[in-house]
Amino acid sequence: MQEYNHSFNYRLQTNKWGEMEMLQIKDLSLHVEEGGSSVEILRNINLSFEEKKFYAITGPNGGGKSSLAKVIMGIVKPTQGSIYFNGEDITSLGITDRAKRKMGYAFQQPPRFKGFKIKDLLNLSFGEETSEQAICDVLLEVGLCAQDYLNRDVDASLSGGELKRIEIATVIARDLTLAIFDEPEAGIDLWSFQKLVETFKKMHKDKETIMIIISHQEKILRLADEVIIIADGTVKEQAKRDDIMPRIVQDLECGCNKTCDIGGSADAEPIG
Amino acid sequence: MLSQLDKKLLEKVADLHEIPQGAYNIRKNGSGIGRNTTNNINIVNKTDQSGIDIIVKPGTVNESVHIPVILSTEGFQDMVYNTFDIGEGSDVLVVAGCGIHSGGDENSQHDGVHDFIVRKGAKMRYVEKHYGEGDGTGKRILNPKTIITVEQDGVAEIELVQIKGVDQTIRDTEVYLHNNARLIVTERLLTYADQEAESKITVELLGEESTAQIISRSVAQDQSKQIFYLNMLGKNKCRGHIQCDSIIMDQAVVRAVPEISAYHTDAQLIHEAAIGKIASEQILKLMSLGLSENEAEEKILEGFLK
Ligand SMILES: Nc1ncnc2c1ncn2[C@@H]1O[C@H](COP(=O)(O)OP(=O)(O)O)[C@@H](O)[C@H]1O
Ligand SMILES: [Mg+2]
Repeated sequence: MQEYNHSFNYRLQTNKWGEMEMLQIKDLSLHVEEGGSSVEILRNINLSFEEKKFYAITGPNGGGKSSLAKVIMGIVKPTQGSIYFNGEDITSLGITDRAKRKMGYAFQQPPRFKGFKIKDLLNLSFGEETSEQAICDVLLEVGLCAQDYLNRDVDASLSGGELKRIEIATVIARDLTLAIFDEPEAGIDLWSFQKLVETFKKMHKDKETIMIIISHQEKILRLADEVIIIADGTVKEQAKRDDIMPRIVQDLECGCNKTCDIGGSADAEPIG
Repeated sequence: MLSQLDKKLLEKVADLHEIPQGAYNIRKNGSGIGRNTTNNINIVNKTDQSGIDIIVKPGTVNESVHIPVILSTEGFQDMVYNTFDIGEGSDVLVVAGCGIHSGGDENSQHDGVHDFIVRKGAKMRYVEKHYGEGDGTGKRILNPKTIITVEQDGVAEIELVQIKGVDQTIRDTEVYLHNNARLIVTERLLTYADQEAESKITVELLGEESTAQIISRSVAQDQSKQIFYLNMLGKNKCRGHIQCDSIIMDQAVVRAVPEISAYHTDAQLIHEAAIGKIASEQILKLMSLGLSENEAEEKILEGFLK
């Protein structure tokens, strides 16, 4: 026991501020074979995520955000590098084992299930037979009225935004150390989005879950302690929110993210 | 007296734990072993052939009739012709089904014709489950033929289920719909090992404003084979919709042969058929909730066939 604890602590590193690094990604790369040649999706990623913190990942489409999330969840195997979670090398663990270690991932494009009722899927998420009340509560968290949805099938009859909210609910229902949400705002109306923002805050506060939200929404970026920018398959920047936000907002306002001619002159006339 | 084995078969095919409430007729190895009639539902033997007539009086509501068949002697070949007369304005549940236990090496077979007339304004829900078990090499064979005529304003809801243990089946269903008659068919089929199943459903929409919906879902595993012939003929102003969905696994073979024919300009008919393996995204999603790959697959099939 003594020895186990020893080796356990040995891996669990603290950063320069003395905070526990729960998830560490080291020298991680991902290549996929396509038409006989190898395509690089992720390149030399090094990141660490500390307990109880809130992270936002942003960056251009095709930058590699979802690929990184899938590698963390074990859905995709990296070509190189290693992943440590809670002091354990989980690089070779499958999806199920990572889920059992309290990691969760809300898909960017969730699958539909013929013959599954929403309550069946949420029952699986809770992991055991749970009360209907608990299922209703979690539906409410994503802005869905339980009465209307409990017995509906998770099939093509749901709109994109409804399906997306069910997907988010399957992750909120779980008791997690780490939760990744992949563009949760996609297809969701303004009212429901507002509700989701509150829900993410609450989940983070009540369950002390490490939140990693892949998003393009300023409202979500503003919730984060740290913002990570991923582009061209690699980490462009990881910084405290307050350091990075002014630059992101400026980039967005002038409509480009490389060099910016208008920069500085905040009152420049928008074109068109 | 019912043996433990008989009770198990009855539970599988008719959800019966005890002798049913209401009208029933239980047939075991070719002869009737129990019958009950009510004031509104009569059951009489046919005189010219093997089988029974079930007569539901007009206006009978909230009653049910169970007519399960069980075969538990090795190598038994059974054949019946049952006729159902569902009286005007009634609303009843009919539960049929056949359970076969064969321990030996000879084939056991039950062939049956169920011939229904659902009279004006009547509503009938018909549930037919097939189940087989036993270790012998003898094949368990079921060949049901179902003929249903639904008169004006009548409704027939049909549930056909075969999940386990039937080695060979050829199922033939014919439905005739008159003015404003409605039909809903739900078919669930699972085959595995060397099982073979053929399902043929032909619906003739004869009457104005008649509607029909067939939802067929199947799973084919191992070396099993399935063939579906789903056919709708629109002969009046009517609407018909066929959805035929199969999950194929292992070395199984599934054929879906759709046919829709219109004989009237106001006939609206749709046929959708899809065959494919379990979507890997579904398995990944359930694994990310903590299920193993096998558990995920089981849950997906279970939901699909529910
Ligand atoms: N299995 C794959 N095969 C080939 N290319 C892929 C595969 N998965 C992702 N990609 C490519 O990798 C890049 C990053 O994709 P993704 O991680 O989905 O980006 P993001 O989520 O940041 O928009 C994209 O160009 C995408 O087309
Ligand atoms: Mg993405």
